[in-house]
Amino acid sequence: MRTTGRFSWFYFSSPQSFYPLAGALQPWFAGLAAILCAVGLYISFLVAPTDAQQGEAYRIIFIHVPAAWMSMFLYLVMGFWSGVGLVLNTRLSSMVATALAPTGALFTFIALWTGALWGKPTWGTWWVWDARLTSELILLFLYIGFMALQAAIDDQRRSDKAGAVLALVGVINIPIIYFSVKWWSTLHQGASVSMTGAPTMAKTMLLGMLIMALGFWMYSIAATLARVRCVILERERQTDWVAAEIGRQS
Amino acid sequence: MIRALGWVLRRDLLLAFRRRGDVVNALVFFVIVVSLFPLGVGPEASQLRNMAPGVLWVAALLACMLSLARLFAPDHQDGTLEQMLLAGEPLVVLVLGKVISHWLMSGLPLVLMAPLLGLQFDLPADSLAVLCVSLLIGTPVLSLIGSVGAALTLGVRGSGVLVSLLVLPLYVPVLIFGAGSVVATANGTGAEAHLLLLGGFLALSLVLAPWATAAALRIAME
Amino acid sequence: MNWGSWQNFFAMGGYGLYVWGSYVVTLVALIVEIVALITRRRGVIERLTKYYAARRSNHET
Repeated sequence: MRTTGRFSWFYFSSPQSFYPLAGALQPWFAGLAAILCAVGLYISFLVAPTDAQQGEAYRIIFIHVPAAWMSMFLYLVMGFWSGVGLVLNTRLSSMVATALAPTGALFTFIALWTGALWGKPTWGTWWVWDARLTSELILLFLYIGFMALQAAIDDQRRSDKAGAVLALVGVINIPIIYFSVKWWSTLHQGASVSMTGAPTMAKTMLLGMLIMALGFWMYSIAATLARVRCVILERERQTDWVAAEIGRQS
Repeated sequence: MIRALGWVLRRDLLLAFRRRGDVVNALVFFVIVVSLFPLGVGPEASQLRNMAPGVLWVAALLACMLSLARLFAPDHQDGTLEQMLLAGEPLVVLVLGKVISHWLMSGLPLVLMAPLLGLQFDLPADSLAVLCVSLLIGTPVLSLIGSVGAALTLGVRGSGVLVSLLVLPLYVPVLIFGAGSVVATANGTGAEAHLLLLGGFLALSLVLAPWATAAALRIAME
Repeated sequence: MNWGSWQNFFAMGGYGLYVWGSYVVTLVALIVEIVALITRRRGVIERLTKYYAARRSNHET
């Protein structure tokens, strides 16, 4: 650590300094999430028109696609931070990874549930074993496996590192989910939002989806910040600053 | 390095030979599970023929997974694993040796047993052949991926079920393409794509899995 | 998007079960997570308060 007066981002890599930062930022992200989701819901119900082929059933897209994006994105973030913790031996990175998992699992569940409810009226079936659905289901199992493994190991450092290895091994599933609709043309529709070409869906639908996705992202950050604060308190209970913090709370 | 690999292989095979019961148990489990299905769903031949690839592959998967408990735990208990970590040889080589011996004792017997069991399901000869090839390519992948799970859960309480939870999601693609290859043969669409993909999985896991397993072993033992 | 009436809004063109089934379950899931987080924080503070009190009395004796 430098002792000059210059600010360093590494200041926040200690649990003690990150804890108040997380506490300060969390309400802002929660507020942003509420506003964005409200706007997104407004668009999804009161602006976006009825779809010609699917009728009103398509409105599930405003939850299903953002949730699926979040499920994949959060797993990558979780893998990244647990990898950082594994390589650099930093405690906070592993704590953040542990805090991300439940929210990621939740969005995976939401993606699967809303997908099933969308599939029934449009495809005629609740579930089909095509590549994208199967790999999204595997993603849910990977999240659960990560959480189960960390819960089963008592030694904290070993738990963090083992979880990191598991998360990194499972990262290979994410490109499979993402590209599976391109590689195998089965039931799930192909990508309509691409990074390169112009999207093929109506502008309002796309806008609603993007805003909901942003809203879910802000929510994920807020939930993770809240959870990592709990994790920090639990793990750092031997330190004086946590004792002082708890003293202030009660 | 090759000598270290050979040493690990010889030692594991020797130990397995002395406890033949363990190896035979896994094989008997495979046979019994596969035989349960015709008893459960009824003996109608066309139904059995449709089910056969999936049933045989799932049974192989489960048998392989059950035998993962023998992969590192005995060596961990008697202190050999610690010596392996301290040895001058690269841990990846020693891990690879253990995985190969694991496959020879749990995967290869399944490959050899499969044709007989396939006959129970009235599979035609070409399906049987593809089944054996798919198992031949796929079971090493199961051993490789399984070794990562076994290393991660070394000495953890409740590790039996936990290994299943960790490893089965990663087994799913192998299962899909393994069973799918036999189904494709029965359909007439040809199993090349499936078998090539399985080969790709084998290549990928051969490169990545021992490395991940070695990392997991170091984490478990520190 | 003009729904015409509340009934139309809830019916969702016949797909009400699926659309509302999705939105409501999502909302419930997110609320459950938020409640779980609040409960977890309270539980942590309570447990740690007891822990520090016990540690203090151990030091004093």
